[in-house]
Amino acid sequence: MIKLKLDNVNKQLGGARILRDVSLEIAAGEFVVFVGPSGCGKSTLLRLIAGLDSICGGDLLIDGRRVNDLEPRERGVGMVFQSYALYPHMSVYDNISFGLKLAKTEKSSLRERVLKTAQILQLDKLLQRKPKELSGGQRQRVAMGRAMAREPDILLFDEPLSNLDASLRVQMRNEIARLHARLGSTMIYVTHDQVEAMTLADKIVVLNGGRVEQVGSPRELYERPARRFVAGFLGSPRMNFMPARLHAPGKTSLIDTPVAGMTALPFDSSNLPADAQLSLGIRPEHLSLKAAEGANGVVVTGVEYLGSETYVHLESGQDEPLICRCEVNAGWQVGDRVELQLDTDNLHLFDADGTALKRHPAAAEHLPDDVALHSFRARAL
Amino acid sequence: MSPRLLKKALLRLGFWCLIGILLLYAVFPFYYAIVTSLKPSSTLFEVSYWIDRPDFSNYAAVLHQPSFLKAIGNSLVVALCVVTLALFLSLTAAYALGRVKFRGRGTVLMMVLGVSMFPQVAVLSGLFEVIRALGLYNTSWALILSYTIFTLPFTVWVLTTFMGQLPHELEEAAIMDGASPWVTLTRVLLPLLWPALVTTGLLAFIAAWNEFLFALTFTLTDTQRTVPVAIALISGGSPHELPWGLLMAASVLVTVPLVILVLIFQRRIVSGLTAGALKG
Amino acid sequence: MSVSTPHASCDEPLLARETPIQRRRLRAAWLFLTPMLLCLALVAAWPLLRTFWFSLTDANLADTRGATFVGFSNYLFYNGSGWSGILVDPQWWNAVRNTLHFTMVSVGLEIVLGLLVALLLNIKFTGRSLVRALILIPWAIPTIVSAKIWSWMLNDQFGIINHLMLSLGLIDMPLAWTADASLSMWAVIIVDVWKTVPFVTLLMLAALQMLPSDCYEAARVDGIHPLHVFWRVTLPLLMPALLVAAIFRILDSLRVFDVIYVLTSNSSSTMSMSVYARQHLVEFQDVGYGSAASTLLFLVVAVIALLYLYLGRRQLEVRS
Repeated sequence: MIKLKLDNVNKQLGGARILRDVSLEIAAGEFVVFVGPSGCGKSTLLRLIAGLDSICGGDLLIDGRRVNDLEPRERGVGMVFQSYALYPHMSVYDNISFGLKLAKTEKSSLRERVLKTAQILQLDKLLQRKPKELSGGQRQRVAMGRAMAREPDILLFDEPLSNLDASLRVQMRNEIARLHARLGSTMIYVTHDQVEAMTLADKIVVLNGGRVEQVGSPRELYERPARRFVAGFLGSPRMNFMPARLHAPGKTSLIDTPVAGMTALPFDSSNLPADAQLSLGIRPEHLSLKAAEGANGVVVTGVEYLGSETYVHLESGQDEPLICRCEVNAGWQVGDRVELQLDTDNLHLFDADGTALKRHPAAAEHLPDDVALHSFRARAL
Repeated sequence: MSPRLLKKALLRLGFWCLIGILLLYAVFPFYYAIVTSLKPSSTLFEVSYWIDRPDFSNYAAVLHQPSFLKAIGNSLVVALCVVTLALFLSLTAAYALGRVKFRGRGTVLMMVLGVSMFPQVAVLSGLFEVIRALGLYNTSWALILSYTIFTLPFTVWVLTTFMGQLPHELEEAAIMDGASPWVTLTRVLLPLLWPALVTTGLLAFIAAWNEFLFALTFTLTDTQRTVPVAIALISGGSPHELPWGLLMAASVLVTVPLVILVLIFQRRIVSGLTAGALKG
Repeated sequence: MSVSTPHASCDEPLLARETPIQRRRLRAAWLFLTPMLLCLALVAAWPLLRTFWFSLTDANLADTRGATFVGFSNYLFYNGSGWSGILVDPQWWNAVRNTLHFTMVSVGLEIVLGLLVALLLNIKFTGRSLVRALILIPWAIPTIVSAKIWSWMLNDQFGIINHLMLSLGLIDMPLAWTADASLSMWAVIIVDVWKTVPFVTLLMLAALQMLPSDCYEAARVDGIHPLHVFWRVTLPLLMPALLVAAIFRILDSLRVFDVIYVLTSNSSSTMSMSVYARQHLVEFQDVGYGSAASTLLFLVVAVIALLYLYLGRRQLEVRS
């Protein structure tokens, strides 16, 4: 069931366009994460949904009803703010019950609801405390309790964990995930942290420059990014990109790259002209290395040891080095010459606009025999 | 003693000397007024820095003047009413000016600032006419009304600054909780503004308590006068024969409450000016 | 003051679509402003306009309604044999000179002393809050009272100041502080400075406490001399607060009335513009002439205020 629908939503502030034609459907009970670099419009989008900012064009529907002109409290949304924004002069109990009181909730049911909320969030023993007597994590929970107390159908989170330290952030992340499982309400969560996005989301919305780049499950986005931006944004270390030239367009593309030479790949490029500039992407974990003979291969320019794995930096002929994720005891050292082996099943190809080329479902069978398939070797740069 | 320690000791000595001079400068005149007020008229004209046997005859004389007591009462009523009126008017105005961005906001702020720059005498004749037209001449209401001209711009300005410093997420949280602007102002922002209200209220009180020009012009009879006018008009047979003991006793009487207020709220006054940026 | 609130109006071409919450806030804003604006209109704007009007009439205090229009003759008038009016009244120009003299000297002293005291009280020491409270006493004392106290202390025959200076051998004869034309302005300045230094100190202290401490730690780590730190770090950072304090004090000083009225009465050597205007308005009952003087005072204040604001803003712009 569609809970919330954005239809060509636009937002303009001063001369700047913050959001362009954002369309989105969010199902009831879904956990949706808006992610993107700062200034991409993710927070604005959340505030539009909350009703704190106005929509300049397009429609916002909740349960099929257009709510553009409704006040926040009429929309059935609750919001958790980045700085918590707890009322400093009120106790935890009053913070949580404030909205209920304003909604003229009956005394007994008000108390019941506050206690229930507090119990869910393990705040029962802190109800009489003031916000300044609470730890960061406790404040965070009070902020969630306040947003939940009126039992809104949709809970909005605006970078709620960014004020916490790293370990607490992991803990609160898990609590939010558990909360979602328990309440089953629709949650929309804004963050710039891709780990939060990947771990929490049922559905990730990647925004860039006020546009939606891609919507999908974390796995879809990671494994089949539709846009070069998405491919580069998700994943750490980020995806390696190499320039490539389209030698022969077709159902199977013959491309030429400085690193990997001429090769045929199972991507459909029939709508592109020959000689089109492409970009070949591969994640660090899909690269593997093999010692090169003599002066062949590429040079290792750096080795980063992380304990559980090692990142090997390779000369790429571009500004950024290629990065390969290796086992710790692979034993590569700076100055070594290595051959690259690319896992063709996990290659990505993007056109000049940054749109991913479609991959053939059963590509392997259609390839001509004379092209090496399973691994192709980097030639000397 | 090593040169270093000596230098440190000398610095300390110099520092405390400075503090001593500062205190002497700040407190001595008031102290001297107290000393004078406790002298019987026989020893009034002998300069002395200390009082051996306090004599309260000057205080008795002042407190037996019904007009002086009435003046204190008038001053209290006027100052309290002005504070209440100014704080109420400026609190709502400060919400509008400090938290809502609307067209004309800058103009209103400039107007308020402009009024605070008015020389009071520039409105004297016009205000005199207004007060007479409203039938308020020679009443406390004339002063309450006219004192808003200098208290209101000040309280609006200060409260607007404080209001603007409160985190805006707090207000958005209130909006999400379904609070109207009035509820937001009174139940979310107001409790956070108490330090600012105490500070501005106190400043407005002192300004109203001390005002002289309007009080001198808009009141006529002993029963309507405020304290500053009453004191200014205490006179002896000639300008050179002022009843100094009596005058100092009256001065001390009207100042002591203010001094006590300031000593109590000193922290509020100082910290109230710096506070405001609260983080939940 | 920049205020970021949930505002966000939309510009063309997607014009004027505010959320209901924004509309409600806008309505509330004007509603909340109205009482204050009405009050100021009643006690400030309308009376000021009436004062302007009176200055063009021969209004009399007893009956301001029967006034007739006389043009600018209160300001300047040629009566066939010579000029008359305020603009050729030496008394008026004397009042202007006195006021400017008083303003420059007292505000200058107040700012310097206020800053010094604030720096002193910004140092941590035992009993600091008590000292801070005590120095506020002069500020809390009503102007009239402090004028009376000082006129007693400055009394030519029995005053403690003369007594002190005589016994220290600084002077041979008692000085007539408030009566002597060459001293009376200084007496006024002494009282005003004494009374208002705490106010300036308070503002400066507040500003000092808001200075970022990391600048100072960095300076200390770099071993920069404290005086250097003061000139290069503290003073520039304090400049906005200093400017505000100076504006407040200058505007207050330009309209000075109480101190002078009580301390030296209508003596011409200290008469300020306000005293001059009130004398004509109330004592001589000449509302027309007095209003003309008030109007001129208003103009002087307005010009200085605008000039000061303009220069202040320019200075801040250059700095940033």
